[in-house]
This record gives sequence, C-alpha cells and structure tokens, in this order.
Amino acid sequence: MTDPVVQFERVNKWFDNGLHVLRDIDLRVQSGERIVICGPSGSGKSTLIRCINALEQYQEGRLTVAGHLLDGGEGATAAVRREVGMVFQQFNLFPHLTVLENLTLAPRWVGQLSAAEANERAMAQLERVRIAEQAHKYPLQLSGGQQQRVAIARALCLQPRIMLFDEPTSALDPEMIKEVLDVIVDLAGQGMTLLCVTHEMGFAKAVADRVVFMDEGQIMEEAPPADFFGNASSERAREFLSKVLGH
Amino acid sequence: MAAPMSFIDARPPPARRPDARSWLRENLFSSAGSTLATLLFAALLAWAAAVVLGWAVVHAVWVADADECQAARGIGACWGVIAEKGRLILLGRYPADESWRPVTATVLLLGLVVASCNRRLWNSWLALLWPAVSALYLWLMGGGAGLSRVATDLWGGLPLTVMLTVASLALAFPLAIVIALGRRSTMPAVRTLCIAYVELVRGVPLISVLFMASFMFPLFVPPGHSPDVLVRVVIGITLFAAAYMAEIVRGGLQSVPRGQVEAAASIGLTWWQAQRKIVLPQALAAVVPPIVNNFISLFKDTSLVTIVSLYELTGALSLALDSDPNWRPFKAEGYLFIAAIYFVFCFAMSRYSLRLEQRLARSHGR
Repeated sequence: MTDPVVQFERVNKWFDNGLHVLRDIDLRVQSGERIVICGPSGSGKSTLIRCINALEQYQEGRLTVAGHLLDGGEGATAAVRREVGMVFQQFNLFPHLTVLENLTLAPRWVGQLSAAEANERAMAQLERVRIAEQAHKYPLQLSGGQQQRVAIARALCLQPRIMLFDEPTSALDPEMIKEVLDVIVDLAGQGMTLLCVTHEMGFAKAVADRVVFMDEGQIMEEAPPADFFGNASSERAREFLSKVLGH
Repeated sequence: MAAPMSFIDARPPPARRPDARSWLRENLFSSAGSTLATLLFAALLAWAAAVVLGWAVVHAVWVADADECQAARGIGACWGVIAEKGRLILLGRYPADESWRPVTATVLLLGLVVASCNRRLWNSWLALLWPAVSALYLWLMGGGAGLSRVATDLWGGLPLTVMLTVASLALAFPLAIVIALGRRSTMPAVRTLCIAYVELVRGVPLISVLFMASFMFPLFVPPGHSPDVLVRVVIGITLFAAAYMAEIVRGGLQSVPRGQVEAAASIGLTWWQAQRKIVLPQALAAVVPPIVNNFISLFKDTSLVTIVSLYELTGALSLALDSDPNWRPFKAEGYLFIAAIYFVFCFAMSRYSLRLEQRLARSHGR
C-alpha cells in the first residue's frame, strides 16, 4: 500500500477562545479515495478539512498532505496549496473579476503560466464544468449553481491532486444542487482524491468510498457507506442519521 | 366573525409621464394655498434674481478703472479688479515676465491628473509620465538649465494650490494604503506603530502640523541642512492627509469578506498577491465616495499654508489687494472669483467620483 496522500496523526486543535475543536484526529486518505464527512453542526467537520490546506493551524499532532508536513512553515503551506483545491459553501468568487479572470489568477501568478496558456487552461476547466459560455460575465451575473461550478473550475485550475468541498451545496436553491453534485460526481469518476463535507446523504451513498462521522471534535465512525447507513455502530451516528434521512 | 379574506382593489397602473401643463397644475397650483405659495416664492425669486443680476451684471464695472469702481460701490460689482489684479491673484508673486512658466507647468500637471483619471490610459508609460511631468514641473517653476531661477517663496496662486494638492495626494494615498494594511497586520510591532501614527496625527490640527513643518523643524537640524520650506510643507500635508485616508481605506478593507482572503489563499496566492489582486481592488472601490470627500477637503485645506507665508490662491488674493488702497475695497469680488475657481475644481472631483462609482457598480455586475 502506498503512503496516504492525507494523513492526520493525533491532531488536536483549540480555537483562540479555548474551544477544543479537534480531538485526537487520526485519518488516512489514500490517493484517489473519496471521503464524505458528516456530522452535526459544530462537530469540527469544516475545521478538519480546512486544516488540510492550512486555512486553519493545529496545535498538536502531525498532519502530512501530499508528502509535506504542515507545521506552519510557509514553504510547506505554499507547496500544499498548489496540490489542494478547495470549494467553499459561499462560493467566494472574486466579484470584481470576470469568470475567466477568476480562473486565470492562480495559473498566472502561482503557476507562472503565460496569459495565453492560462486562458487555455481556464477555458478547458470551464468546459469541464459545462459553463464555458459564461467566461466573460461577472460572478454576480450568474445563478448560485453556476457560481459554484465556476468555483470548482477555479479550484481545478492549478491541477490539484486533492479537492476539498466544504458543504458545496448548502447555500444553493434546491433545483441547483443537482447540477453541482453532477460535476463533483464527474470528478470522482476521474480518479481525483476528494474530501467532501456534506449533508447530501444520497451523494454520499453514490460516491463515497468511506463516510467519516464526526461529533464534538472527534471522529466517531469511519466506514464504507453501506455499513454506515446500514448499521452505524454509535448511538450518536444513528441519531444523526435518523434526523437527516428522516424527512 | 370577520370575513376570512377579501381582495383589495387593484391599484391603477402608474401614470404616463405628465405633460408640462398637468405637471404644473398638479405640483404648483393644486389648491388656493399652493397657488399662493407658488406666486409668493416666484416673486421672491424674481426679486432676488433682479438684485443679484443688477449688482453682478447690469450695474457692474467691467474695466480696470478704480475711480469708476469707486463710484459704483454698493450698486454694482467691480469686476475690473479681476482684470487689474488677475495675474497677481492667479500666479501670486511669480515674476510677471515669466508668467508662461507657471501656466505651462500647471496645465501639464492638470493634464496628467486628468489622463490618470481615465482607466483606458492606465499602463506603464503613464506611471513613467508621473516622475517625468513632476521633474518638468519643478524645472519650469524653479528654473535652472536655461531658465532663470525663481525661489520657491515666490511661487504662488493657483499653481501652488494645484501643486500642493496633487503632490500631497499622490504621496498620501499610497502611504495611507500601507498604513491601513499595517493596522490590520498580525505583527504586533507593525500594528502598534500604525495605530500610534494615525492616533497621533489625527490628534493634531493641520495648522500646527504646518507650523511645525515650517518654523519648528529647522530649529532641530543644523543650519543649511533643512530642506526647502515647500518640501517641508508638502511632507507635512502628506503625513496629515495619510492618517485620515488610512482610516477610510481600513474601513474599505473591513468591508471585504473573510471568504475572499481564504479563497485567495486556497488557490495559492501569497498574502501580498491576495491584497493586491483581491482585497484592495474591492476595498478601494467600496470607499470611493469618502476618499473623494477627503480629496476635496484637502484641496481646500491647502489655503491654510498662507499661515506659513506661502501665498496659494487664497493667500495671493489678500497679497494682491491688501497692499493697494485703490483696489482693497473690492475684495468681495475677488473672493467670489476664487470661490468660482475652487468650485470648478471641487465640482469636477465630485462628478468624477460619481462616474467612477457608477462604472465600478456596472463592471461588477451589481
């Protein structure tokens, strides 16, 4: 078995206000694996994946991503961010730049590509999320679903090995959820390593290799979707499932 | 029991634009009271217009004849004072036979400012043009290399007002951005320094900054090593303006959501790249109105340099008229003249700010 592409070893994190938000996290993700992370709000799921691209710092333990030990050093942080793409709940597109400019920013300034190369790559990613015809619009002229697909394309522009999704459909109108999930399913089919925080349990069943269930900063369960949805071992997980699946 | 639900009557569709007659009837003559008020105010307006026009145009003296002006005092304006003293008011004590130099220099400088306001011209040669035009300005005004020398204490009038404003703003704006970023820095030393600077400078009136720059500063440096008074004053105004502008820029920085910085970090941009490409463009676009407000107030505040014996537009007016008993009585006309000049500049800035806001809103698709 090869080395995991993401490896948490007894990682602990406290917020500035003293809240112990991650407790003894151990998690190994192999290249090409698709992980869905779920759990009640405030359980630390977002914080967990935000640690992977160093948007959050942890205080104890070791976190290795794509062969780099994340220890707060700038070199490792920069290296990891080139390997990891992230999609946010609120899209976080840059409103003052066109769709195309949103996408070419990283290839040009981080990847050192020429303008022509960056444009070419950006257009290819826009094709991939099926939105190339909107390249010259501004983000706020697009629908929520379109914006989120642009955000996915932007994250793909540095050709990352790992993609993080932080509740990518939670801010969307119901009829737009599918167009975004379809794009993520496509990515999953192409062998991308994928960690996704979501409450879309149908998506988890269809795509995930493993479901990670968190509560109060701890990983309570870690199991293939069939086992997790079929017979979750912890009381908390069963309670959670009855709530999200019950309606 | 009340009716469960009832429809309210549909409102009539909005009326088409009324023609002038129905507009008049509706807005000015809708009732006896309204008609009375309309007539009363119309009469008042007509009377005021007649008084002003009578003074400013009909009975005004247009030629530079002091006796004629004296005869018309209280009845008509003496615009002759502008004809007689115009050059002194506009150019101050600058040598009369070299007047083309401040005029050319100021036209060049204003041309550069206007060009810089046009986004289509923003490219690298415009950035090179700034030091080039500044050097040309200093050469034309100060002389040397073929032109006779003119000491800075002879510079005055509108060229000085324009130069003080443009130089202070061009220097203060970048400084303000640096201080604003510094105030939000995670490094305690940088942050403390920037906070201390802003609080210190904001706690002092501009006049005392000018006094310090012109009178006190030379006391602390060896004689002969103090830079020219004009340089000291420009630096003083710059440091003063930067403190206020930094707070405006900081407000803009705070209006940019955290998610923007996180997204920039997540695609690998460094802190500086994120500030330059993502945060500042949005932050500055958000604070165009207060920034221009600040520019306008600074433009007018340059009149305070009269206190330290630099005769910019306002100072030059007093200089031109106070020493001449024949024309001194007509200072009001002089003030109206320079008020019109100040207004043209400020109004231009305000209109530009409005256009900029509209363009930014449009280009962001809001």
